[in-house]
Amino acid sequence: MHDWRYATPDASLGPAPGVGQGFRHLGLLRWLVGCAALAVASCAQQGVLDPQGPIASAQLLLLLNSTAIMLVVVIPVILATLGFAWWYRASNAQASRSADEGYEGRTEFVLWSIPTLIVILLGGVIWISSHKLDPRAPIPANVNPLRVEVVALDWKWLFIYPDQGIATVNQLVIPTATPVSFRLTSATVMNSFFVPQLGSQIYTMGGMTTHLNLLADAPGEYPGFSAMFSGDGFAEMRFIAKAVPAGDFDSWVGQVRGSGSGLDLPAYAELARPSIAVPPKTYRSVEPKLFDRIIEQTLSGPRGPTSAAWCPPAQQTGG
Amino acid sequence: MLGRLSWAAIPLDQPLPLYAMGVVGIVILIVLGIVTVKGWWPYLWREWITSVDHKRIGVMYVILGLVMLLRGYSDAIMMRSQQAIAIGDAQGYLPPDHYDQIFSAHGTIMIFFVAMPLVIGLMNFVVPLQLGVHDVAFPTLNSVSFWLTATGALLVNVSLVIGSFSRATWWGYPPLSELTFSPDEGVDYYLWPLQISGIGTLLTGVNFVTTILKLRAPGMIYFRMPVFCWTALAANMLIVAAFPVLTATFAMLLLDRYLGMHFFTNDAGGNQMMYANLFWAWGHPEVYILVLPAFGVFSEVAATFSGKGLFSYRSMVLATLGICILAFMVWLHHFFTMGAGADVNAVFGIMSSIIAVPTGAKIFNWLFTLFRGRIVFTTPILFLIGFMITFVLGGLTGVLLAVPPVDFVLHNSAFLVAHFHHVIIGGVVFGALAGINYWFPKAFGFTLDERWGKASFWCWLIGFYLAFMPLYVLGLMGMTRRMQHIPDPSWRPLLLVAELGAIVVFLGILCQIAQLYVSIRTREQRRDLTGDPWNGRTLEWSTSSPPPAYNFAVLPRVETIDAFWEVKRKGLTPVEEVYETIEMPRNSPIGFVIAFFATFTGFALIWHIWWIVILGLLAAAVTVLVFGWSENRQHEISANEMAQLERARLGLGRPA
Repeated sequence: MHDWRYATPDASLGPAPGVGQGFRHLGLLRWLVGCAALAVASCAQQGVLDPQGPIASAQLLLLLNSTAIMLVVVIPVILATLGFAWWYRASNAQASRSADEGYEGRTEFVLWSIPTLIVILLGGVIWISSHKLDPRAPIPANVNPLRVEVVALDWKWLFIYPDQGIATVNQLVIPTATPVSFRLTSATVMNSFFVPQLGSQIYTMGGMTTHLNLLADAPGEYPGFSAMFSGDGFAEMRFIAKAVPAGDFDSWVGQVRGSGSGLDLPAYAELARPSIAVPPKTYRSVEPKLFDRIIEQTLSGPRGPTSAAWCPPAQQTGG
Repeated sequence: MLGRLSWAAIPLDQPLPLYAMGVVGIVILIVLGIVTVKGWWPYLWREWITSVDHKRIGVMYVILGLVMLLRGYSDAIMMRSQQAIAIGDAQGYLPPDHYDQIFSAHGTIMIFFVAMPLVIGLMNFVVPLQLGVHDVAFPTLNSVSFWLTATGALLVNVSLVIGSFSRATWWGYPPLSELTFSPDEGVDYYLWPLQISGIGTLLTGVNFVTTILKLRAPGMIYFRMPVFCWTALAANMLIVAAFPVLTATFAMLLLDRYLGMHFFTNDAGGNQMMYANLFWAWGHPEVYILVLPAFGVFSEVAATFSGKGLFSYRSMVLATLGICILAFMVWLHHFFTMGAGADVNAVFGIMSSIIAVPTGAKIFNWLFTLFRGRIVFTTPILFLIGFMITFVLGGLTGVLLAVPPVDFVLHNSAFLVAHFHHVIIGGVVFGALAGINYWFPKAFGFTLDERWGKASFWCWLIGFYLAFMPLYVLGLMGMTRRMQHIPDPSWRPLLLVAELGAIVVFLGILCQIAQLYVSIRTREQRRDLTGDPWNGRTLEWSTSSPPPAYNFAVLPRVETIDAFWEVKRKGLTPVEEVYETIEMPRNSPIGFVIAFFATFTGFALIWHIWWIVILGLLAAAVTVLVFGWSENRQHEISANEMAQLERARLGLGRPA
């Protein structure tokens, strides 16, 4: 009864040409794994794979642990798929067949239990890690955190150091082993502030403040960028997060204070104009409460009372 | 007179779009020329354009999806090439302005005009046949749905020639998509076509929920429906619940853009976070609208080519409905990085990973369907095996992204891009291709060439892994998505591998075209005279290939799951049928006519040509009214006629 259709002589419909494809799956898999290993080995350790702070390290560990938990099921499933497909191919005379067993309660129970148990385990991991690694949670340390205010502009990053009274563009200098507490906003469209080697990213949004806490363990230069597409200059909206020993940080602050110009409102208005691939820049002083004024300006919009100095990136041409 | 439309809208200064335009224009002219010279217009008008037959509409949906796949793929290869070239000092060949349009169009087209038409096309073709009924509940509405979808696809492509497409990504997140930051017609070219095709999709949802709930062959209780029908029911319920959210969200953004309102602006009390919430309240269910029917295809394929019943039918149904409900409870995982508190993130992370439970159960069910089966290695089963392996890996990276702190470092990265291509290509595209290979003989009466089919499978599978495994690594190395220029030269080797993968996928597409060509040329040798080329289990295989317009002269009686298998198992021979008079819908041009006016209206809305908008809307309204008051919408096939038709059909088709 089973093969009644395939008994017909129509060769184009029969199973014969395809049998044996199962062999090639194994070859393919081996080849793919080899390629993946090569690819990983050939690239320098960087980004998320090269964490330089406690947050990023914890996140990489979490990534690896979660992967391992799931591979416990995923690998057997893949092997079983390949194995079953190969062994139960129609041409294998040794395979035992069964006609129609559509349902078996105990097997069914076990099959639902496996992903359920995995997800219960992962659910615990998610709950605990979400709280432990909440971007808002302060990082415990013996020193006071450095406060930095971040403003996303078209298409560069403005960093304001309110306690030091200085500001920088596309260059974030922080002391090592000191928690950095960020307040972030956007004077334009949505962006996402991200330094992969330090950990969590967070959105910056106009008229709103988000919070992020990061810490760099070792001195170094870590690439940062916007991880949320924001228009023409997006690809060049990059900066370097430079972690330096605490002493060097203080001397850097002194150096910045002693050179260049200040960031007052007209200078900010000039800076806020859209520009692409802006080289790093420092400001010796900064307009008091500039961060809050930017939020206010964004909220009141181009037609608002405080907007005289604010230029929207594109002219309205409504019709 | 012409609103904002002027000669400046034609990109005469840019050679690339002009070439593309020229080539597409020539192809269209050649096709139209052949159709005209051969005198095929009356046939096309009578049998396809005005057809309300669900099978014809299904086929047209699939053709639309495959044609748009070529467009979406061209965008993909252009992006991959740009990223492979524009590294370090090199700026590549696409300026940001153009590159941003391309990735926005790629996402929009692949989701709305490739994946959706393929999935809806398969549901259209298969569901009434599997349910054992004559047609869908609202056949004419079905035609309207299709033509509105086609209108959307056409309008998106018009942006190649006249004006430019959105540069604000396929999400259209404000405030970037607001007038302040995107003042030109680009975003409107994104919003209006999706509004128009969205109406079509919503009507499809209503149509299919009604069909599945109200029209089934006698005896086909819910728990005897084929699994594909269950997944279609779940997907269409999701459409009915989710698409109005998208329409309303876009309507608010349009009000911002056209009437200066402030739903999502930075200023005047707008809230951009609300858009993200609403968009993904549609967007996540959309993922399951696409993938559930693909799961349905794989369930049919697994059972048929293993020669045994699907393992644990009721688990499959339960898992399908579970996913359908859970789909609405996870949208926040698209923006864990927006700064919601730990509690909120954790709850949505856990909800997201819970979806892995029913999905995992499904994987096990397919696995145990293969177990102790008699597996015939046809193209569809290769796609099933490729899917199972690919999908569990894609699911793994998906659950990783559902862990909020992990998402904090992978959100919007190339890792995320790799993940969703992993599940959408591995799930939806493989499912659609398996379904096309599986049901093609039913639709056209001859099988597809297996050699080219298998070649296309291997190219798709290998190309997919080459194209996207490097992106996982790049994401971990800190590459974010949508980069027109790559800053780090050390990423070049991986980007070149990804480019190579995209080329291998293209070979897969070429193999599919070759498969169609070869199969059509040799169709006489590959005729399926039985109507049942795969030894199928469900009712669609019990009628001839292709089925008559009315599908079944007499509706089959259903007593079990896998109704046709049962008939074959018991060895029941067809008895002399007692025919009854049935009513079938008449062909109607209403879908095409409405879409014709909708095209002009949509175009005029994009360019602010208000007099055409008013005329177009009026004309569409009049069309609906004229149809509403016409009385001659159905025709009867009397018992006598039916007996004659069937004698002719069976005499020609099925050997006794």
